[in-house]
Amino acid sequence: MNMLLMRLRGLVRKEILQILRDPSSIAIAFILPTVLLLLFGYGVSLDARHVGLGLVVDEPSAAATSFAAEFRRSPYFTPHDFASEPAAERAMNDGDIDGFIWLQRDFARQVTAGQSPAIALFVNGIDANNARLIENYVDQSWAAWVTHQAAQAGIANPTPIDIEPRIWFNPAVSSRDYLIPGLIAVIMTLTGALLTALVIAREWERGTMEALMVTTVSMHEILISKIIPYFLLGMGGMVVSVLIAVFLFGVPLLGSLVILSLASSLFMLASLGMGLLISTVAKNQFVAGQIAIITTFLPAFILSGFIFDISSMPAPIQLLTHIVAARYFVAILQTLFLAGTVWSVIVPNLFALLIMAVMFLGLARLTARKSLD
Amino acid sequence: MPAAAKMPPPNDNPQKALVLNRVTRRFRVAKRIVPALEGVSAATSPGLVTGLIGPDGAGKTTLMRLIAGLLALDEGNISVFGTDVSAAPLKVQGMISYMPQRFGLYEDLTVQENLDLYADLQGVPAADRPAHYAELLHMTGMKPFTSRLAGRLSGGMKQKLGLACTLIRPPRLLLLDEPTVGVDPISRRELWQIVDHLVRGAGMSVLLSTAYLDEAERCDEVLLLHEGQLIGAGKPTDFTRAMTGRSFLARADGTPKRMLQTVLAATSGVTDALIQGEAVRLVLDASTGPETIRPPGIMGLKLSPTSPRFEDRFIDLLRAKTAAQTPAAQPTQPATIQAPHDAAIEVAHLTKRFGVFTAVDDISFTVKRGNIFGLLGANGAGKSTTFRMLCGLLPATSGRLRVDGFDLRTAAATARGRLGYMAQKFSLYGDLSVLQNLRFFAAAYGLRGTRRVERINWALNEFELNDYANATSRDLPLGFKQRMALACALMHEPDVLFLDEPTSGVDPLARREFWRRINALADQGVTVLVTTHFMDEAEYCDRLVIMAQGRILATGTSEELKTASRTTALPSPTMEDAFVSLITADSAKRTGQTA
Amino acid sequence: MLARLFALIIKEFLAILRDAKSRMVLIGPPLIQLVVFGYAASFDLNHVPFAVYDQDQSALSRDLVADFAGSPSFQQVAILHSPARIKQLVDSRTVEMVLDIDPRYSRNLLLGQPAPVQVIVDGRNSNTALLILGYASDIITAASHEWAAKHGGTLPPAQLVPRALYNPTLDSHWFIIPGIVALLTQVVTLLVVGLSVAREREAGTFDQTLVTPLRPIDIVLGKSLPGLIIGLVEGTVIILATHFWFDVPLLGSLVLLYLGLLLFIAAVTGIGLMISSLAATQQQALLGAFLFMVPSIILSGFATPIANMPTLVQDLTLINPMRYALVVIRDSFLEQPSLTTLLPQFAAMTSLALISLITAGWMFRKRTL
Repeated sequence: MNMLLMRLRGLVRKEILQILRDPSSIAIAFILPTVLLLLFGYGVSLDARHVGLGLVVDEPSAAATSFAAEFRRSPYFTPHDFASEPAAERAMNDGDIDGFIWLQRDFARQVTAGQSPAIALFVNGIDANNARLIENYVDQSWAAWVTHQAAQAGIANPTPIDIEPRIWFNPAVSSRDYLIPGLIAVIMTLTGALLTALVIAREWERGTMEALMVTTVSMHEILISKIIPYFLLGMGGMVVSVLIAVFLFGVPLLGSLVILSLASSLFMLASLGMGLLISTVAKNQFVAGQIAIITTFLPAFILSGFIFDISSMPAPIQLLTHIVAARYFVAILQTLFLAGTVWSVIVPNLFALLIMAVMFLGLARLTARKSLD
Repeated sequence: MPAAAKMPPPNDNPQKALVLNRVTRRFRVAKRIVPALEGVSAATSPGLVTGLIGPDGAGKTTLMRLIAGLLALDEGNISVFGTDVSAAPLKVQGMISYMPQRFGLYEDLTVQENLDLYADLQGVPAADRPAHYAELLHMTGMKPFTSRLAGRLSGGMKQKLGLACTLIRPPRLLLLDEPTVGVDPISRRELWQIVDHLVRGAGMSVLLSTAYLDEAERCDEVLLLHEGQLIGAGKPTDFTRAMTGRSFLARADGTPKRMLQTVLAATSGVTDALIQGEAVRLVLDASTGPETIRPPGIMGLKLSPTSPRFEDRFIDLLRAKTAAQTPAAQPTQPATIQAPHDAAIEVAHLTKRFGVFTAVDDISFTVKRGNIFGLLGANGAGKSTTFRMLCGLLPATSGRLRVDGFDLRTAAATARGRLGYMAQKFSLYGDLSVLQNLRFFAAAYGLRGTRRVERINWALNEFELNDYANATSRDLPLGFKQRMALACALMHEPDVLFLDEPTSGVDPLARREFWRRINALADQGVTVLVTTHFMDEAEYCDRLVIMAQGRILATGTSEELKTASRTTALPSPTMEDAFVSLITADSAKRTGQTA
Repeated sequence: MLARLFALIIKEFLAILRDAKSRMVLIGPPLIQLVVFGYAASFDLNHVPFAVYDQDQSALSRDLVADFAGSPSFQQVAILHSPARIKQLVDSRTVEMVLDIDPRYSRNLLLGQPAPVQVIVDGRNSNTALLILGYASDIITAASHEWAAKHGGTLPPAQLVPRALYNPTLDSHWFIIPGIVALLTQVVTLLVVGLSVAREREAGTFDQTLVTPLRPIDIVLGKSLPGLIIGLVEGTVIILATHFWFDVPLLGSLVLLYLGLLLFIAAVTGIGLMISSLAATQQQALLGAFLFMVPSIILSGFATPIANMPTLVQDLTLINPMRYALVVIRDSFLEQPSLTTLLPQFAAMTSLALISLITAGWMFRKRTL
């Protein structure tokens, strides 16, 4: 047998045996993704449902009752009645309700007089995102009420301009459907980079790296022997994550599986490259773990567009997101899951992932020296 | 006549296994450049075992790594069989095998899997493997353990497996970095048999580093390193021959051996004075005759010549090198009123089990007040477990133990105030400065006010730490760490002192210094319990026990133990011989029982 | 006895501050997270790229487009002339919204019939999609009212006048940055307390300390007080940065804020001690801290409201000290909470702190002495 193949076979076999015997690598590769997906899938939702909303009616009237009825019909709210505005405000202060609607004393009279009175909506603005969503939901109820009222009065056109919203790709606007594909990218970063960084640091700590280096094995053989098993392990974690996403959380997967595998492979290689790079800098597990979390996990979380919209970030930070490999993978995953194989998104992002993979693996190869210096 | 003068001039001679030419390597430690090796030149002949001898920090590992091409040279060059390491590292790596200090084994792989891995890495053809494995397994005695995980092997077996892995493809030059550290004397002997067999049988060249000076005598030639410099090279016999007529055993009736040693060490013309059995081993300066040794206050001193040892020459060279005179040892006046000879430590039927594994198996001993008591044994013999139970760090499964009248596990915290403890590896706060460490331990032991200031000043002066008071402890040389650890343990003038492997790794001069202090403490009535795997240090103990596999094999004075193992074949056994014969007898007995 | 405790605390601080690695834990991650969260983590939308497909091409339709282009929330990046391009631009994520104006727009408007405008939004990020839709409908409704007012159309029977209290501009930085106070205080306290025992175990100094006459209670206090102090200092630094650098108003009482912070850090210290009594190495301690930290942040209401979670998960958050700390800190910044309002939070954190510290003390004793 070819010497090179023999050496590689020996190294890869060693690596696989070590993975099989070390429960912590299995845990990081399979259990961590599962736990994180479950945690996020169930724990994180940006969709407001059953928002506690107060209702203060100073003076009961037919108009007030019809408005309240519209608002009680909405699936988004759990209404609470309050006798007075200060009582409602106190309840909001105590966190019992997130907002309240106040129909003031003259409401019915002004409606009848065609004076278009104000319906005061107060929301707790501390959680700005939630507050905005509540405003939108109340707005929808209000618009429905306006249309109803107009129809009853025989007016055809209550609002001169008619908005027809069309939400593409995620018509149910379920936040889980977009969070989960993005989360897969975050988890893959963690398994790819953290796991590789840790295993190589472990070889340094235990002195086995020294023994390897004195043999005629070359540095790229050592690197390749690390990449192959951990690539397989990471892809295994990927399969588990996709299965959980599709079958447990019911996220649609509209795009091509081939492209999904291709993109995952490229991203996995980029992550492994980062892990290898970290391990050439940090030769103990403690430091390697910290660097891996700060340089790969956090950016994947915050700068990838997974939760926070990249185009709304300040320009310098937008620039920074370009070196976050997860950014491209998140774009591909969200598109593949929710929109299908859209080449105009896939091609440039795949290309970017390819560049990332080549860059990180290349940097790892350049910095890894067969030396203890 | 320095032995180095006999060395041929170094060159890139392919006839030489290894040529070192002005090898220099420096490291950056905490913003300072520290030389690890400074202009080392030497050459070794093929087919011989060359010992690279020196204490920790001498530069042995750095030199090994430089030869293996793992570190870059700052100056000079190294060639292996005529090939320059810097120019063609891969070619050199093809000719050598290297066993690093922790043997380079994958602990989560089995013995067989480790062998397979290294066979693959070294490109051993599949057809050759069965025969080769059989030979290696036979030679190392590992045949029954092929499916055991390497991490589950004892230290001695790990070392043999590490050796087998490096021999998968027989190299021309074998580099072994401290292969015998932390393994029991029997495993050491077995390793030496394998090395001898390799050199004689296969004509391999071996470079072996060690901190055990007695191993030098088993090498064909020796390179002596100290603080990055070569202070001697040549055959071991050259070294000992230089000492002919300078080594003596001193006895003086009516003078306790410790006092005799203290006085002799301070006498001018004495290079080294060391307790050996009931006598004091004396090495004199080259210009001093035995008749001129007349220490004051010692009556009836008798000197009898003895054969020189390698260590004698090493101390001689070190003293010349460092120009250090015998440390300003004030002969401590032994306490006029000896402490009452009651028992300071009592252990009866002490047992400790971890799950099904019995670490300490029904041991009993007592230590008298003011005695130095040794716990000897290999790693894993149960010394440290016993030690930790006595300090109250581990609960005993059964049995009774008393330290100064207390069971420290159940006694009030204040009872620990009479105990001093020096942990393995001189565990101190590495990030704190020397002074900060001293202050912390002074406060932890409840010293306050002027007494605290006094004791801290005492520690700085007594242990010559003043120059290092503000240095970060982590960056201290090992010898100073050891001093600081002892200073912290003595801060509160304890009655009982526990020392766990207190001298491992430090150079012979520091060891002598250390034992001088311990002797003085014992004379003042302090009870000292010490664990060690240096067999020769047993000589310092008043009494000792030898432990193996959790049991006590023998108890007595070092003389008694040595006498018991005396045979016609071995008329004057060393402590190590005594140890080996005890272990062999014990395992023979056990095999007999199971058969 | 106080002298010994004092010595332990001094030692702990020296060990943390003299070691470059530990200093990094205190300074590096907090700084990075503060900057990244402070600037990048925001749900607010600015300059949402959108395209216009104006099939009407009238003065009226151009007025509507100008309303969008003039809004800081939107940025027009393309004008389309065919429906095919819409799909292309949305698919490739070049635009996040397309304003599709019907050919009958101006005619219907003048005739008093509903003038249709389609707003197409990329739903791949559902949160962004809903927010864009909200912004767009605000603009269109305003235009609609303006038209009605000018041209004597019928007014709607009533108008919705939303008002956000405590954060009138609905700036989500005001929500996220005070949250970082709790987040970073937890991270730092947990790492300092969780790793310190493991570090001493690795170095062997823990045994050395245990054989001194120090009592277990001294050792537990000696480990937890430095964590408490460091957590408070770290929290203060971030509170200052939140107020003075990120300009988040600080309206509530400092006494209540610090009471909450102190109780929170005490609870976290207890958890840190539990981790350290279980971990033999720094490696394990780091893993343990990570395993606790990720769920505790996700299930705290830091980024998403607890009310949106399934009931079972909501119940689980009751044992998460960060949940209560976030309420205290956010209210203290943006509201003027009274002691009675925050009393339930204080009570919850006090009991969590007591439980965690007592359990930790017990585990500590069991593992060591």
